[in-house]
Amino acid sequence: MQKIVLNGIQKSYAKEPAVRHLDLIVEPGSFLTILGPSGCGKTTTLRSIAGLEEPDAGDIQLGDRTVFSRSQGIIVPPEQRNLGLIFQSYALWPHMTVERNITLALKEQKLSSGEVESRLQSALEMVQLTPYRNRYPSELSGGQQQRVAVARLIALRSQFLLMDEPLSNLDAKLRTEMRTELKRLHRELEATTVYVTHDQIEALTLSDIIVVMNGGLVMQQGTPYDIYHHPGNLFVAEFIGDPPINKFTGSFIREDGVGILQCGDHRLTLPCHVIPTRETLVATIRPENIMISEQEKDGWLKTTLDSVQPTGASTILQVKSEKSVMTLLQPGFMRMAVGDSVWVQMDMTKVNYFDPETEQNLISEG
Amino acid sequence: MALPQTDRPRLPVFSARNISYQFYRLRNRPELILGVLCLAVLGLLVLVPLFEIIHDSLTYQSYDKAYRPDAEVGGFTLFHLERVFTGPLSYALLIKPLLNSIGIGFFVTAIGVSVGAGLAWLLVRTNIHFKGTFGALIVIPYMMPSWVLALAWLSLFKNDRIGGTEGMFTSLFGVQPPDWVSYGFLPIVICLALHYYVYGYLLMSGALATVDSELEEAGAICGMNRRQRLWRITVPLLMPALGSAIVLTFIRILGTFGTPALLGLPVRFFTFSTQIYASLNARNSGDAYVLALVLIVMAITFIWINSRIIGIRKSFVTLTGKGFRQNEIGLGMWRWPATIGVSIFVVITVFMPMLILLWESLIITPGEYTFEGLTAHFWFGESDPDIAYGEPGIIHSPGILTALWNSIKLGVSAAVVNGFVGLMIGYAAVRGRGSLLSKWLEGVAFAPYIFPSIALGAIYIGMFSTPFGPIPALYGTFAILLLITVVKNLPFTSRTGIAAMLQIDKSLEETARVQGIGWFRRMVQIIIPMSTSGLISGMLLTFITTMRELSLIILLLSPTNMVLTGLIFNYNEQDMTQHSGAVTLLLVMVIIGMNLVVRVLSGGKGLSGLKSG
Repeated sequence: MQKIVLNGIQKSYAKEPAVRHLDLIVEPGSFLTILGPSGCGKTTTLRSIAGLEEPDAGDIQLGDRTVFSRSQGIIVPPEQRNLGLIFQSYALWPHMTVERNITLALKEQKLSSGEVESRLQSALEMVQLTPYRNRYPSELSGGQQQRVAVARLIALRSQFLLMDEPLSNLDAKLRTEMRTELKRLHRELEATTVYVTHDQIEALTLSDIIVVMNGGLVMQQGTPYDIYHHPGNLFVAEFIGDPPINKFTGSFIREDGVGILQCGDHRLTLPCHVIPTRETLVATIRPENIMISEQEKDGWLKTTLDSVQPTGASTILQVKSEKSVMTLLQPGFMRMAVGDSVWVQMDMTKVNYFDPETEQNLISEG
Repeated sequence: MALPQTDRPRLPVFSARNISYQFYRLRNRPELILGVLCLAVLGLLVLVPLFEIIHDSLTYQSYDKAYRPDAEVGGFTLFHLERVFTGPLSYALLIKPLLNSIGIGFFVTAIGVSVGAGLAWLLVRTNIHFKGTFGALIVIPYMMPSWVLALAWLSLFKNDRIGGTEGMFTSLFGVQPPDWVSYGFLPIVICLALHYYVYGYLLMSGALATVDSELEEAGAICGMNRRQRLWRITVPLLMPALGSAIVLTFIRILGTFGTPALLGLPVRFFTFSTQIYASLNARNSGDAYVLALVLIVMAITFIWINSRIIGIRKSFVTLTGKGFRQNEIGLGMWRWPATIGVSIFVVITVFMPMLILLWESLIITPGEYTFEGLTAHFWFGESDPDIAYGEPGIIHSPGILTALWNSIKLGVSAAVVNGFVGLMIGYAAVRGRGSLLSKWLEGVAFAPYIFPSIALGAIYIGMFSTPFGPIPALYGTFAILLLITVVKNLPFTSRTGIAAMLQIDKSLEETARVQGIGWFRRMVQIIIPMSTSGLISGMLLTFITTMRELSLIILLLSPTNMVLTGLIFNYNEQDMTQHSGAVTLLLVMVIIGMNLVVRVLSGGKGLSGLKSG
């Protein structure tokens, strides 16, 4: 198992920066996801690792080998980087059967026919496509095509796997299924993996480490737990989470030596380790961290139900008080009527505070 | 978030490390190397010739010593310019042929494009009968040399003006047709129009097929009547196609040689192209080059005007098809008359010339058109000193068989080379999309389009008659025919190549790259197999155009590299009408046969690909 190291990567297209500055270490055998909206530089980063793009500056190491270094004048073409790459479009060659799609690269490497055959068979077995080896890609369903692309990757036995939104062309059900398969695949192959997606669910479910990018910069890097619970800045807080996080802007006052943030109807007591930087602050809380009660409770805020959207296992609620609107996520299939009065209360330990100018989280991690 | 300074550590430009880096970088971008290579070769074959003739037309040629004994060959002079533009010969050399060419071009374009557009409308949008049959028959003239009709015309209407045999008309009615019927302006216009309507037809039917009926229906819903819909919606959508049909036809006519030579030269009726031919034949190359330049400038002007009005790029866009509805327009009581009208047209343009030439090839004495004593001598006969100067029939004539072989060899090799070069240009241009190199490449590949055929021939004869750089003198060789054919077809084949490459998603090649497959193997395993189907119709088109080509190569032909079209021209000049008829039929049969073979092998493609040309 080997690691991937990116150091000071920069890349612009016609003066338009795609990646402004990127340092990244992918630990040996780990699964790292680059997550971000379209145009954030995530695909450019992946293509730079593969060698399909040439960064303007920086170094890239695959294992012990430097494959790109602008300052040392090193550039190894993609052909010689020994990577596996899955494209969003799967990039199956339409004029070749499943078998030839998988074995072409192996045969080009002049592997013995016995070796090629055994790799082909084990790859097909792993993705459960053995009966389909003589089909053409056009004769397969989207999910099967995806699995052929995966099998092609497996047969190459590469130490490094790169995946560029491999699930985004699948329908929702297949996507969940393939997600599980990719996770299993990564475990079995023990390859160092970089996965690019704009889908936070994929990122949260699959990754050891998530790197959130925006505008060519890394916004935050951390475990899925950290990213979700301790967003480093407002962008990450708002980008991650579905339904989206609740956000309140309020003014900071000090009463009896206790910091209070007055956000509309809410009075939030600032924990002592939060050091306010400005007069106004932004507070965020995830929808599932707001409690709800149909009976009046002391100190809870009275609100009116504005919408109720049961999704089966959970229910998304929107409530309105005099001065604010909140989204709540409650377990179970809730049957409540719009217009009812409900009482809500935030779990104050789950609230994050942000500086509205720098957008940085005021709670230092850990 | 603190932004690191966007400093870019650069290596000194000339350090060994930087040089090796740039070298590896280049290796990483095969399309760049290929693009530069293509650009260099194309520049050599397309732009250098242009400078060459500009140079030659501004310097003394050896022939000029006849007029200027003191002239030093190669010295700078405006002699040719003066002769062509201001001298006493100017009227004969420039003005008259120019007026003739423009007149012919105007009438042929007007008639041809209207006829072609009308046919296209009938066959694409109305409920006329026998659409399929007509569709196949109407493009047949495209597969024939443009001067087949001229040969047939001569067989019909030749008079005693220039001696030799007389035509069927005289033979049947005993009356000489007047000169203006037999030769010159009128027959040239008729023969060319009946051939070149195909361009208008192909372009307009292609464009009409892309006009969604829903667009017209949307107009109807907005309250437009039939006529308003036609003029406000349909016609503007067709304007690009119409514009390029007009320009394409007009430029073709300016450069066309066969028909004006056959029907004009006997009465010394010169067009621009035949005047260039005559000047070159008189070894007066300086004049010929000046005339060729004038022709090129005219062609550029027309293309420029066209591109200014509608945009040449747009006119070449093939709208590929997501399916949509097209409503047939009912012709009502005109359905049968229209069908009969088109039938007559097809008979006149397609079958009659063939039958006349067949008859011509079967009569024993030229000029005696009877049905008695028909002979297959000119097809199968051995040499007989009493008939046609002892020239044997086709299957026994080494000259004809060699020319046939040369023609096929030229057609096939041009198709293969063009297909390959087109693909390479397509690859370099598409993979390098957006770069300056890609733009230049497309531009230079398009450049031969502006050289009228006869002018390009004139350039090549000047350029390659003596050793040129590392290239030996090529006059009279097969190589020069191949070279000029490939260059002249480049605008079309590079477009086919670009279109084919655009259909191959970049990721299909990138995925192979990442899997360790090198450039050459990627081409062999992925790019070439995936683009064959697109290239085949392009190659067939090249084959057909090459087989029927005369204007382009007439100046470069010699007994050593004779092809069928040149042979027909020679037979006709020697008044050996049976031979010219028989060989023409042979040529047309080979072309149509090849088209059928390709159509069968490629599963019904064939000429359908012409529409994207």
